[in-house]
Amino acid sequence: MSAAIITAVFIFTLATLAGAEVINKVPPTLHTPLMSGANAVSGIALIGAILVAGGRDLSTASILGFIAIVLATINVVGGFLVTDRMLQMFKKKAV
Amino acid sequence: MNEMITSGIEVSYLVATILFFLGLKYLGSPATARKGNAIAAAGMLLAIVATLFYQQVLNYSLILAGIGVGSAIGAIGAYRVAMTSMPQMVGLLNGLGGGASTLIAVGEFWRLMDAGLLPSMDNRITTVLSILIGGITLTGSLVAFAKLQELISGSPITFAFQQALNFLLFGGFVAGSVLLVLDPSNMPLFLGLTGISLLLGVLLVIPIGGADMPVVISLLNSFSGIAASAAGFVLMNNMLIVAGALVGASGIILTQIMCKGMNRTLTSVIFGAFGSSGVSAAGGHQSSNGEQVTRSIDPEECAMMLGYARSVVIVPGYGMAVAQAQHAVRELADQLTRLGVEVKYAIHPVAGRMPGHMNVLLAEANVPYPQLHDMDDVNPQFPETDVALVIGANDVVNPAARSDKNSPIYGMPILEVDRAKHTIVIKRGMSAGFAGVENELFFQDKTMMLFGSAKDMVNKLVAEVKQL
Repeated sequence: MSAAIITAVFIFTLATLAGAEVINKVPPTLHTPLMSGANAVSGIALIGAILVAGGRDLSTASILGFIAIVLATINVVGGFLVTDRMLQMFKKKAV
Repeated sequence: MNEMITSGIEVSYLVATILFFLGLKYLGSPATARKGNAIAAAGMLLAIVATLFYQQVLNYSLILAGIGVGSAIGAIGAYRVAMTSMPQMVGLLNGLGGGASTLIAVGEFWRLMDAGLLPSMDNRITTVLSILIGGITLTGSLVAFAKLQELISGSPITFAFQQALNFLLFGGFVAGSVLLVLDPSNMPLFLGLTGISLLLGVLLVIPIGGADMPVVISLLNSFSGIAASAAGFVLMNNMLIVAGALVGASGIILTQIMCKGMNRTLTSVIFGAFGSSGVSAAGGHQSSNGEQVTRSIDPEECAMMLGYARSVVIVPGYGMAVAQAQHAVRELADQLTRLGVEVKYAIHPVAGRMPGHMNVLLAEANVPYPQLHDMDDVNPQFPETDVALVIGANDVVNPAARSDKNSPIYGMPILEVDRAKHTIVIKRGMSAGFAGVENELFFQDKTMMLFGSAKDMVNKLVAEVKQL
């Protein structure tokens, strides 16, 4: 194991612990929007897809990357928009 | 110059990370949740734009085309989906995220091999892990989607030696991984491993029953995050690692909450095939237990009981949502409030098909969220409640969970409506719930059954209450 991968594991562990701390106290009312919002964040795979697809010439790798871009973008855009659609319905008083 | 750009990208990633954390934090309170979602989206935009500045990113037309197509599909899906279908939507999006992560690992491996570069030892290990997690997330989510959308049967699909096959496939994957790490040039082996991971996703989810889907969706949500993290390890990209870990953690916490709500362990959900032996009781108003009788009530009498009560607790279940009765229920609550009745909603943690699903469905019907109460909050109040009105819920109000050690749902926390002064249950017939268990609540003296479809009955109640 190289030093780089140990640093990466280090970052992963800290982020997991911090994430658990942030999410832990969310009330049940918001569990669905929280999940779809977090789901949109997992579309961060998009930046990985961009890096794989970005090569100068068209290749197998860039085609796989292109498909990954499409899938991840659906995840990001769909996730954030549908979360917003849900959250705008949450109101404190009846209208 | 290059160094400056690289630093700029890294700083942007840091800012994006902070925005993700802030966004999720704000998502934790109803008053700030919408802002939180917007902040997280801003973080995502920043991360994407920063990534376009990497010097190896050259083929902008291909990238922008992909983003364009994905955005259009995502936006249309987000605006069209019905709130009752939210579990399927999240399930599908989980799968797409997992699919993207797998493709990244496969694509990066392919790129290195094409370029005649030998992937480093670390890279080989992380690639194999990434393919395993991403592949399971992709096909597992697609199966969960198909079950929730009722494209395939929601009941567990089991066959002989299923577990043995799973272990064999997993063992095969591990053995193949070791060989691939030793000799990465073996392309057929690489593709075989990808195939196994996709097959494992299908096999792990098909034996899980519809009642356990909230747990599965939460777990796959976590997986989609971990898959993104794993792809981050392949590319050695901190942004991917951190954001993926964040989602992984949130999914695990929601999974735990769901398991607790059903008194099930994660292993029993995954390996248990719950409900496969449960046989639904026949419909009709007659009880199968000879001596036990139910008391039925008509809408007029029911409206009187509700209208002259001091406090009413409404317990909505998925049956209410399926009947699209939530707007009628809100109207009933409004009418009762007008008469001076104190109305509350009691929401079980696993009401609906995903965590918090019922809350969203009621919010859609304009029910103010302060009226929605959690199980722990509302259970001590039932003895002082005049009428508990159960609409389309069954297992989550079954007292057998408390008293009958032989019941499959024994130990599951329930809403204790049987402790209210009166209980009214709106139900189509006497069929058993999701878990296939008979409900003794229906036979108690204080319980009255209002037979009919949730929507029709609630509409009749509204009309009757209006005349009081």
